This record gives sequence, C-alpha cells and structure tokens, in this order.
Amino acid sequence: MPAQLTSDDVVRIAALANVTLDPREIALFTRQIGELLAYVEQLQQVDTAGVPPTASVRRGAAGASADRPDEVRPSLEIADTLANAPDADRSQMEGGFFRVPRVIG
Amino acid sequence: MSFEAVIGLEIHAHLRTASKIFCGCSASFGAPPNTQVCPVCLGLPGALPVLNRAAVDAAVQAALALSCSVHETSVFARKNYFYPDLPKGYQISQYERPLATGGVVELGAGAAARRIGITRVHLEEDAGKSLHAGFADSDRKTYVDYNRSGVPLIEIVTEPDLRSPADAAELFARLRAILVWLGVNDGNMEEGSLRCDANVSVRPAGAPALGTKTEVKNLNSFRFLQKALEHEIARQIELVSAGRRVVQETRLFDAASGRTISMRSKEEAHDYRYFPEPDLPPLVVDAARLERIREAMPELPDARRARLAERYALSEHDAAQLTQSRAAADYFEEAIAAGAPAKLAGHWMMGELARALKEAGDDIAASRVGARALAELLALLDAGTISGSMAKTVFATMYASGRPAGEIVAAEGLAQIDDERQIVALVAEALALHADAVAQYRGGKAGAFGFLVGQVMKAARGKANPARVNALLRKALEPGP
Repeated sequence: MPAQLTSDDVVRIAALANVTLDPREIALFTRQIGELLAYVEQLQQVDTAGVPPTASVRRGAAGASADRPDEVRPSLEIADTLANAPDADRSQMEGGFFRVPRVIG
Repeated sequence: MSFEAVIGLEIHAHLRTASKIFCGCSASFGAPPNTQVCPVCLGLPGALPVLNRAAVDAAVQAALALSCSVHETSVFARKNYFYPDLPKGYQISQYERPLATGGVVELGAGAAARRIGITRVHLEEDAGKSLHAGFADSDRKTYVDYNRSGVPLIEIVTEPDLRSPADAAELFARLRAILVWLGVNDGNMEEGSLRCDANVSVRPAGAPALGTKTEVKNLNSFRFLQKALEHEIARQIELVSAGRRVVQETRLFDAASGRTISMRSKEEAHDYRYFPEPDLPPLVVDAARLERIREAMPELPDARRARLAERYALSEHDAAQLTQSRAAADYFEEAIAAGAPAKLAGHWMMGELARALKEAGDDIAASRVGARALAELLALLDAGTISGSMAKTVFATMYASGRPAGEIVAAEGLAQIDDERQIVALVAEALALHADAVAQYRGGKAGAFGFLVGQVMKAARGKANPARVNALLRKALEPGP
C-alpha cells in the first residue's frame, strides 16, 4: 500500500500545473485525488499478465495507416491564427507575432 | 590533485522533411512569423497529431548510421512544462521506449581510438521560438513565432564517455558530418537546425564515482562547445579544490565573455511528468521497413573512406580529405569513372579545386568545374599534351568561364611542344648560342645544365615538355663518338 497522498503533494502538483489553490481547495483536492488513487489501487489488483499495455486507443479506420506521407498542406491565414490571441503584434508586413508578458530577465 | 572531466552530449537535429512531424504545415526555415501554423502545431483543442512517415525514415537512418538497435515498437510521450513557445503545455517526445538505443561512434584510429557510446536516438517535435529583444516593448513583452513548433527533431544522447573538450567538439563535428552525409539534416547551426547541450562533471583522476554534473546549453558551434566546456571544467575544478561543491544546474554559455552563467530556475521545472501520448498509437517499425530503410542508405563515411583508400591506394590523410562530404567523394569517383588517374584527381581536388572553391565560396556540389570537366583536363596533363603549370592556368580559365579544357588549350595555343624533332632543333639552337655554358658543363660544372634547360624552355615560350627537354639536352651534351 503506497503512502497516503498529502496536502504537500497537492501543493507541489498545483505548482507544476501552474494553478493557484486556496487552503480550502487544497484540503478538498487532497481528499478527492486520494480517493481516485485508491480506486486505481483497486484496479491494480486485476491480473493483467499477458495483456499488452494500452497507452493509446487511437487506431484509425480499419486498414487506414497510422501515419501520413510527407506532404505540405496549407497553413492557417494569419488573421485566423491570431484571432483568439489575448495579445498579438499584427503590425508586421507579413505574418504576425503572439505576444506574452516578458518571460526572462 | 589532478582532475578528470566526464562529458556527455545531447544533440538536437532537425530532420529535413517538407512538412512538420505531426501536421502538414511546411517545416521550412525563414517564413514570415506564424505563417506556417495550423491547429495541430498551435495546440488548439481537439486537434490531433498524425505522424510524418518520412520523419521516421530519416530518424531510423540516423540511428542505423550510429550503430544503434532500432526497436520494433517505440512509444511517444508527453513531456509537460510551461513555456510560451510550447503551445500545448507539453512537448511530444519519446521517453521510456525510444526509437533506438545502444549505438557507438569511434573517434581517432588505431591505438588512440576512443569508442563513444550512443545511449539513445529518439523522435520529438521542436518548440516555437521566443524573441526577447528587438521590439519597442521588449522590456515588457516576449514575442512568439510558432513556425518552428512541430518541426521534426531527433535527439541523440551520448554516454558520458568523453574526457576532454576537444573530443566533445570532435564528436559533435562527427555527428554533424554523418547526419549531413545521410541527407537527414542540413547541418546549419546558425539557423538552429543542429544544436548541442553538454553534461559535464569533474572528479579526481581515477576516481570511480561521478561528480555532480551541470548542463551547459546554447553551444551552437564546435568552437563554442569546446570553449564552454573548458571554462566550465576549470570552474568546477576550482570549486572542488576549494572544498566547495558543484551545484547541479543548467548553465548558459555566453559567447561574448567566454563564460558559463547559471540559469537557475525553480526545482520543479525539472519534473516533466512524462506519460504515454494517448493521441498517437505506438510507433511500429517492422523488420521489412527497417530493411527497406537500410537498403536506401548511402555508403557511410567510414566505410567509403576505407573503400576509397584501399581501391585507389590513397594515404589515410588523402582518403579522409576526399570523404569529408558525400559530394566530395562522389566528385572523386565520378572523375575517376570519366578517366582521371586516381592519384592525380585526388591531388587536384585537394589543391587547385579546393582553392578555387574556397575563393569563390562555392560548395563542391556546385563546383563550376564538374568532375567530368576536371577529368578531361587531367587526361590532357597525363598524356603530356600540357604541362603541370599550364594545366593550372587552364583550370583557372575553366573555373572562370565554364569552358572545357580541350577548347581552351586549342584556342589559346597552349598545347605542349612534345615533338622530338622540334625539341631537338630548339636544343641545337641553345647549344650554339651558349657555347660557353656547354664548355662549363663539360668542364664539370653541373649547374650549367639547368641554365641550358632554361634557355630551351625560354625559346619554346614555356611550352616544351620539360621531361623531354631534359632527356634530349642530356643526350646532345654527351661527348660525341
């Protein structure tokens, strides 16, 4: 039986996921995630020897290949590309930039 | 106390495909910002990646060239972290089950050979590009261009088998040469299509345990790699010698100061929480496909160097020079196929041709004197129609004008005088004009012979075959019967 999930674990996971939690949420998610893990633990008791691991259920239509030939297809128009950007530089002669708060220095 | 450095490299190489790894956007460099993007490479909700077959073929070629085992099944994984150039919040890479593992590259030869292990070769997508400078509001804003997001990459990870910055630089150069030779990467480090990070630690010489390592980034030239490692090793030795400890961290090489600078970030930034990518099925490269890829591969640099050295009796140095690129080796063999003597072709490629290419800034693949044209010139030289010095003049004219050698020789009356009767007449004339020199020679002054050769050549305006002039002059000077 693995160690119990602690509120410290939740704080750390929240930091990795870039979300801010208040103390009430930390308590709530510690309990809820703990319950999920307990459920997974229950699943782990099923004997899966000889069953290949399923990382993906994506298979495509029968007979269709899982990959594609190396062919260039049209990209989006710049107006569509930047349409939902919270901030963008549209002043370029061609193309444009997404703009975000400065990330270094 | 003497120290030993332990170095391993991580090389990221763009694969030369037309489209990106998981979508049909163009993978070409230099387009206006954000004009080669779609819902897949922008990470828009609901978009699904579909693997580019050509990227897999290229990655498999690279893995085979590095003597790796290519695994029949490999699995894509999500590497999770937050950075604006990564629109999905994760990079699709490979982690627990990479495409290939367990390769080797050999540096040096004979007793001095060093075997450098290749830990793994895996496929992944590149991120976009963040621009932190050059805009009016760059003090507050970062600009992001996603054209590079989704360009196919292989990551090559070496074992920590390197012991010196010079070896690290040599390995990087070797890996670049192999990838360019295969045609899977363009080798362009300025445009970032080939990048290198290095892991380095130091330990007392002979110690079995490894010291704490740092990772040095931003090493986009062989020289920078070597300089950065030299600086970083010296820094670590100084720390350890002073009884302090090396902090495990990522450092950035600053080319201007020649130093490495800490780019400490929060510890959790290194917890990437990898998990299998549910949007992509496992990558299967079965035996038949592996064989097809292997068969389509060009002869590799080492094999070709060995073959050329043996077949054409080349020195190790010459064979290495002539196989510096696939284009050079092709040129050499094409010239020989067109009738050029091997030794002469090699000599001219490393001499006149190399000089002309360098001066014109041309690549050998785009040489203005092709392999067949050079072969024609060398045939004229080999047959004695023109002298060595004339051949150089003709070559220069060929390079400038693109005209064939035979035409230049005929048009400019450069053909060598090789006719025995003509040369005998020239010799007789010289002997008559310089009776004093003849007397000196016969009196034992050997130097007078060179003077007489010079006089004959002068009379022939440099066009007489020197070997024949020598022979006929010597014969004429022999005491008469």
